[in-house]
Formats: sequence, C-alpha cells, structure tokens
Amino acid sequence: MTPLAQLLEAALFSASRPLTVEELGTLDQDATLADVRMALEQVREHYDFEQHGVELLELAGGYQILTRPIHAAAIERAHFSVRMPKLTAAALETLAVIAYRQPVGRAEIEEIRGVSAGGVLRSLQERGLIEVVGRGEALGRPLLYGTAAMFLELLGLRDLADLPRAEELTIALQPHRATTEGDDDAAAYVEAES
Amino acid sequence: MTVRDAPTAALGAGPGFVVELDAFNGPLDLLLHLLREEQLEIADIPIARIADQFLQAIHELGLNQAADYLDMASRLVRLKAQMLLPRRTEEDGWEDPRAELVRRLLEYQQIREIAVWLGRAAERRAERYPRSYLPPAPALPPPPLTLDILELLQAVERVVSAIPSPVLHRVVARPLDVESATRRIEQLLEEREQIGWLEALGPRPTIVDLLSTLLALLELAKRGTLRLVQPAAFAPMVIARDPARPAA
Repeated sequence: MTPLAQLLEAALFSASRPLTVEELGTLDQDATLADVRMALEQVREHYDFEQHGVELLELAGGYQILTRPIHAAAIERAHFSVRMPKLTAAALETLAVIAYRQPVGRAEIEEIRGVSAGGVLRSLQERGLIEVVGRGEALGRPLLYGTAAMFLELLGLRDLADLPRAEELTIALQPHRATTEGDDDAAAYVEAES
Repeated sequence: MTVRDAPTAALGAGPGFVVELDAFNGPLDLLLHLLREEQLEIADIPIARIADQFLQAIHELGLNQAADYLDMASRLVRLKAQMLLPRRTEEDGWEDPRAELVRRLLEYQQIREIAVWLGRAAERRAERYPRSYLPPAPALPPPPLTLDILELLQAVERVVSAIPSPVLHRVVARPLDVESATRRIEQLLEEREQIGWLEALGPRPTIVDLLSTLLALLELAKRGTLRLVQPAAFAPMVIARDPARPAA
C-alpha cells in the first residue's frame, strides 16, 4: 500500500464514524481528492484480496471500516460489541414516510400511517435518525422533519439515492402528492390498480 | 415480519382473548390484514362486509378503546351508509365514496413495503461492526455495610449533632383593636365633614393600628355611617360623612 493509503487506513481505523473524502483529504496537504479516492480503492482491494476480517465500506456519504458479516455472530456471542437495537415496525414506517416525503410534518405522517406519531418521532429524533428541517406554511407553522446523518449510517446507505425508487416498488404511487387530496387522484389510483 | 403471524390466531380465538395493541400498526394495518385474509381486492372493497369485520376485530382484539381504531371504525360505518344510498342511474355523476380509503390503503401499503426494505437494510448493516468506543464500566457499588448497633448510634449522634438548631419564631397573637379605631374615626367625622386616610390612622400607627383602622373603616362604610371616596385613580382615599345620615 502507498504511504497515503496507509495514512487513510490509520485514520479510518481511529474513527468511529464514516469519514468523507474531503475530511480524509485534510490529512495530507499534497493529496488531491482524486488521490484520496484512489488510495481508498487500494485499501479496499487490499482488505478484499488479503481476505481481511474487516472491509472498507462506503456509507452515509463517507467511508468506514466495518467487520465482515460472517464474523457477526461470534463477536456478538462474545459480547465484544453491542449489536444495534432493532427498529420497531412503527419506527420503520415513520422513517419510510419521512425518507420519501421530506420535509414532512407530523400531520401528514399520521394521515398516511393512520396512527398518532408523537412518541415515534421523539424517539427517532433522540436517536439522531431524523431532525427538524424547518416549519411548514400551514396553520400553527408545524415542524417539518427530514432524515438526519444517522439514518444513512444506520441503514448502511451511501446516500438517499440508494433508497428504492418509486417505480421499483410493487405498488407504484407518485412519491410526492399535493397536500390537498383531490378525488381525481384517488380515482386515478383506483384505475391504475384495477 | 414476525408480528404479522400472531394476530391471525388471535382473531380466531374468540371474544375474551386479549391481544396487545402492538399486534397491529394501526387501523390501516388491521384493514389490510382483513382484506388479505379474505383475499379481497383493495380497489373494490365490499365495504359493508369489511366494516362489520373491522368492528368485530377491534372488539375481539380489545382495540375498541383506541382512538385511532375508533376513528377508522366510524369512517367505515359512514362509508357503509353511503354505499347503501341510492345512486343516480348515470354513472358519470357518481363518485365512489371508497376512493379516499382505497388511496390511503394503497399509500400505506407502499409505505409498508419501503419500511420492510429499510428494515432489511438496517439488518444487513447491523451485521457489520464499526470500531466502537465503549466507555469504561462504571465503578462497582461498595460492598454491603457491616456494622454493629453501637457504630450506628454513634453515626446517628454525629449526624444529629451537626444539624444546627432550628430558628424558631414565636408567634404572638396581637388582637386588633377595631373598637377604638371606630371611636377615633367617628370622633374625627363629628368634627369635620371629611378626613384623609392618614388622619384616620392616628399618630405613629403600628401595623396593628393600620389593620384595625382599615377594618373599622370598612365596617362603618358597610353600616352607612361614612362613605369611602377615591377622587382619582391611585389618589389617597377620602373618608366622608354619609350625607344621608349626617352625624348628630
């Protein structure tokens, strides 16, 4: 590995969160972002070729060294590391609405899921998965939510474009609709379904 | 999702079987479950049938207390009524009252599909561990105390002696002297048509005099012996002889 690749490996090893190419670029004044990318590729290939127990993954807009899934069970059994707690179905549904409709207010989330969302929103916010991104124009200027950095990290996604696109889903709806639900829309859906 | 399997058995178990509310993620979830059980098309829901089943289900599941489910139940019952209303013969003018519900169900179904996808992504990610910083374990609690009664009493003694003796205020009842205040005011009003509040108080009034005078004034005003007038906002009170009953 080149000295730059070694430097990046050390930095990635020391960090407990994904590091972006820009952040890694600050390690070496002489290295361009292209150099950093090339060196990262070298680290990745090295881990893969030498069959290391860790791999270099691209997620949440950056790079992170993670253990390979094949070792997960053993690590968990030994209690060396704590597995991330599972998200509840309610949390996942709420995240789904927010990921696709952001910025989105509580009222719309509740309308789509048919249940109140206060508690779920609070816990998602506490876990850093969502954040308040603004206020709506509607009465009372409701808080609008969007996904936060931890969302991508927890799901192992590079960016929001990694989410399945609407047309890839079995039930294809427009990913976004106007807040006023016209009967035309509803009729169109019925037609599409039958 | 493993939770999906549980309610099926619960529904068949008959009334009296209590199931956690968490079994379903809300009324739309329950509705989709019922439709799937009956293998019904979302686009053409037999409202009357599904409304009855929904009501029965929330009753059996003990969900009929939950607001979200009651809200859906009332919507379904209204839809059922709307479907029973006679339609006009020309189909163009008729709007299917179920359209809104169908749209919501399809939308919710899509969100569920995404939620499942997100759950799998999180699951895959959880299989990979990052470098983690684990904070050092908190210090263990001290071992249980072993001491005898004498040590305990000595400790109590030390604690008790350290407590400063409380500062006590002696509360003395000072009776208000309303009678002499009344006499004083009546005397003053005999001499003059009106007097000021400060004059009524008398020389060097104590807090007791002040309260006595105030009570005397209020009592006299109530009896109609005098009138209390305030010429302007925040101005000093003027105490005047009641013109209707001039003092003798």
